[in-house]
Amino acid sequence: MIPELGHFALILALLLAVVQAAFPLAGSLSGNRPWMTMARPLAYGQLTLLAVAFAALTQAFLTSDFSVLYVAEHSNSLLPTIYKVSAVWGGHEGSLLLWVLMMAAWGAAVAAFSKNLPLTVVSRVISVQGMIAIGFLLFMLLTSNPFERIFPVPADGRDLNPLLQDPGLAIHPPMLYMGYVGFSVAFAFAVAALIGGRLDAAWARWSRPWTTVAWVFLTIGIMLGSWWAYYELGWGGWWFWDPVENASLMPWLVGTALIHSLAVTEKRAAFKSWTVLLAICAFSLSLLGTFLVRSGVLTSVHAFATDPSRGLFILIFLCIVVGGSLALYAWRAPEVSDGGRFSLLSRESALLGNNLIFVAFTVLVLFGTLAPLIYEAFNWGKISVGFPWFNKMFLALSPFLAVLIGIGPATRWKHDEPVRMLKTLWWALALSATVLVISALPVFSTNTLWVPVGLALAAWLFFAHVAIVYERLRNKGGLSRMGPAILADLRGGGRSFYGMVTAHVGVAMFIVGVTVLSNYQLEEDVRMAPGDSYELAGYRFEFLGAQQVPGPNYMAQRGAFNVYRGERRVTQLFPEKRAYMGGGMPMTEAAIDPGLFRDIYVSLGEAVGNGGDWALRLYYKPFVRWIWLGAILMALGGALAVSDPRYRLAGARARKSAADTAAVTA
Amino acid sequence: MKARQKRLIFVGVAVIGVGIAATLALSALNSNIAYFFSPSQVHAGEHPTDAVFRVGGLVVEDTLKRQEDGLTVRFDVTDNARTVPVSYTGILPDLFGEGQGVVAKGRIGTDGVFYADQVLAKHDESYMPPEVEDTLQTAHAEGVVETAGQSMPAAGRTVTQ
Repeated sequence: MIPELGHFALILALLLAVVQAAFPLAGSLSGNRPWMTMARPLAYGQLTLLAVAFAALTQAFLTSDFSVLYVAEHSNSLLPTIYKVSAVWGGHEGSLLLWVLMMAAWGAAVAAFSKNLPLTVVSRVISVQGMIAIGFLLFMLLTSNPFERIFPVPADGRDLNPLLQDPGLAIHPPMLYMGYVGFSVAFAFAVAALIGGRLDAAWARWSRPWTTVAWVFLTIGIMLGSWWAYYELGWGGWWFWDPVENASLMPWLVGTALIHSLAVTEKRAAFKSWTVLLAICAFSLSLLGTFLVRSGVLTSVHAFATDPSRGLFILIFLCIVVGGSLALYAWRAPEVSDGGRFSLLSRESALLGNNLIFVAFTVLVLFGTLAPLIYEAFNWGKISVGFPWFNKMFLALSPFLAVLIGIGPATRWKHDEPVRMLKTLWWALALSATVLVISALPVFSTNTLWVPVGLALAAWLFFAHVAIVYERLRNKGGLSRMGPAILADLRGGGRSFYGMVTAHVGVAMFIVGVTVLSNYQLEEDVRMAPGDSYELAGYRFEFLGAQQVPGPNYMAQRGAFNVYRGERRVTQLFPEKRAYMGGGMPMTEAAIDPGLFRDIYVSLGEAVGNGGDWALRLYYKPFVRWIWLGAILMALGGALAVSDPRYRLAGARARKSAADTAAVTA
Repeated sequence: MKARQKRLIFVGVAVIGVGIAATLALSALNSNIAYFFSPSQVHAGEHPTDAVFRVGGLVVEDTLKRQEDGLTVRFDVTDNARTVPVSYTGILPDLFGEGQGVVAKGRIGTDGVFYADQVLAKHDESYMPPEVEDTLQTAHAEGVVETAGQSMPAAGRTVTQ
């Protein structure tokens, strides 16, 4: 009964979405105030209905109602309760439900936190979101209904894919979807602005915090995915350039360009058309990502078992969204004049450079991801693009980006003098040059130039930002009161500034992690008998043998290792090889000793021979945590920037504070 | 310099830059792609002899053999028409198994054995790589009888609302 209730709630949500798409927009165009005021209640109603549907599906999982096909396929009576909850979004239908639920949540959030926005804008934004919701709800109801029943009812479920039975992956999809769907808000704001023909600094200020929040979620989502792949897949890698990873990276890249371009639009009222285009692209790429994941057109380690009709539906939906919004853009954007001239050395130029590089990254990833489809379409053969290509492309552009990230925040808007900048940045430049020279010394036996270059770029980023903070505090009245000055700054309009600094330091950390890891990591496949020792990177791994150990819904072979450094035992590791009862699927559970400067990582391959020997993989992973810590800092920076009071204060105070910040930064 | 000239120069530089970048990216791509060949195509000699390529199909039952060193495995990959012997040193993915679809990437040796440096099996047991599926279908269309038990598990289920 309850699954039918969920299904019914979905149908009602679709009907409500139609109303939501039509009336507020029509009201805003004809000046019909009652229709416009419908927008907010409609957004709340949408959220309520989808929450009901989601709760119904969750209930089916918790009670192991295997008469629901989706539950039968993704759960099992032995599954631990927490994974019964995360199994709700463990498959295609449920993750779509999560997607629409989150979209409704974003819509309700826009409705709730937009008290100081003109009603016409709010009603248009909510209408555009209603249109997107129509697409997704139709998609769900027509091709992927999570409440479909199965008869005869199976005795037990097929179990959740064991790879997904993991806390990291329980929260990875919700975070990622929050990001994907969050860009729909930026998209809705952009389309609303195009409909109204009013693209100005105010529009940028409204959509900026939303975009940044979406970006923060996406950053965390991608980071969790990368971390999960690292410890769960047992390959020890953190990024594989897999089509599905690329699908999440592309919106992130464009989104990063977008939050920077929005800064220019807000502060200088420039780049307006460009910003709108980026907002449209960010969401379109989120949709494209969905299409790639769901349609199975690409070979990917992530691909779901697929259904061509789903791919076709999303492709059509994608065409309508992209085509419609670009047509609107072509029709409306030329009316929006681009204001604000700037000279070659100015913050606008630096941010333009940032945008160009990020767009170039996106085009490269898009091309690399779609190349197999292009080759196939032209009958040139079936290819796969190796990840060395992606690495090469990113390595070629990243140094320019890193240099620019250091310069950009130090420059003034509109026009700056090289001499003044050199006065601020000279010692950051000198320190990074020192790092370059020192790390190139033969002591460190670096085989490639990339290590010194990478470390010097990271040092440049870090010290340039120290210099920029120093400069700001000096202008704020003396360094003697540095601590109180920072605190006062954090209470006032300085949070977005410190958010930017935090995020950029995160980039520096990320660069250090990638540079050290990719040049110094060690990996060895070995065969070991109980009692054997193997030496890797100064650590001695002693294998004590493997034993059978039962788990709640699996049977594991658990290996035991002592890891020594010299005579001291560093850690004990217990990697597992599990066989899950539901599907009988085998799974490797790697054992990791994490550390800020290195991870030690062991994964079991398979038993060899009869003497208790195992094929194993041993890894030494220096600085790998810095990659994710860097990403966390970026996300924290974004969160700090969003908390800036100037986005929340209404009317005159908001304008005043914005003017203050502009005066300070100018 | 007038603003218009400035803009023209900017556009010119941008066009040239994009052109150079695209050329470099494409030429780098050519040395980094791996073509896919089915076992039948390998037998017909369509594969490159000096470049990395991919071969895929089903792992033939009872052909998985572990070598003396305990790390090297040999198995045959088939498209149900022809088979190719594959050798791989290292740890196989969890979902690797006889009768399962795999894609191996590597080079072919003068002894006719495909030396793989990467073997891919999938995350999800009901997923078949599209290349492998195509390969099997092609072989099927050419009059090869498919062995039993390879239909997708998702197919043929009774569903009621």
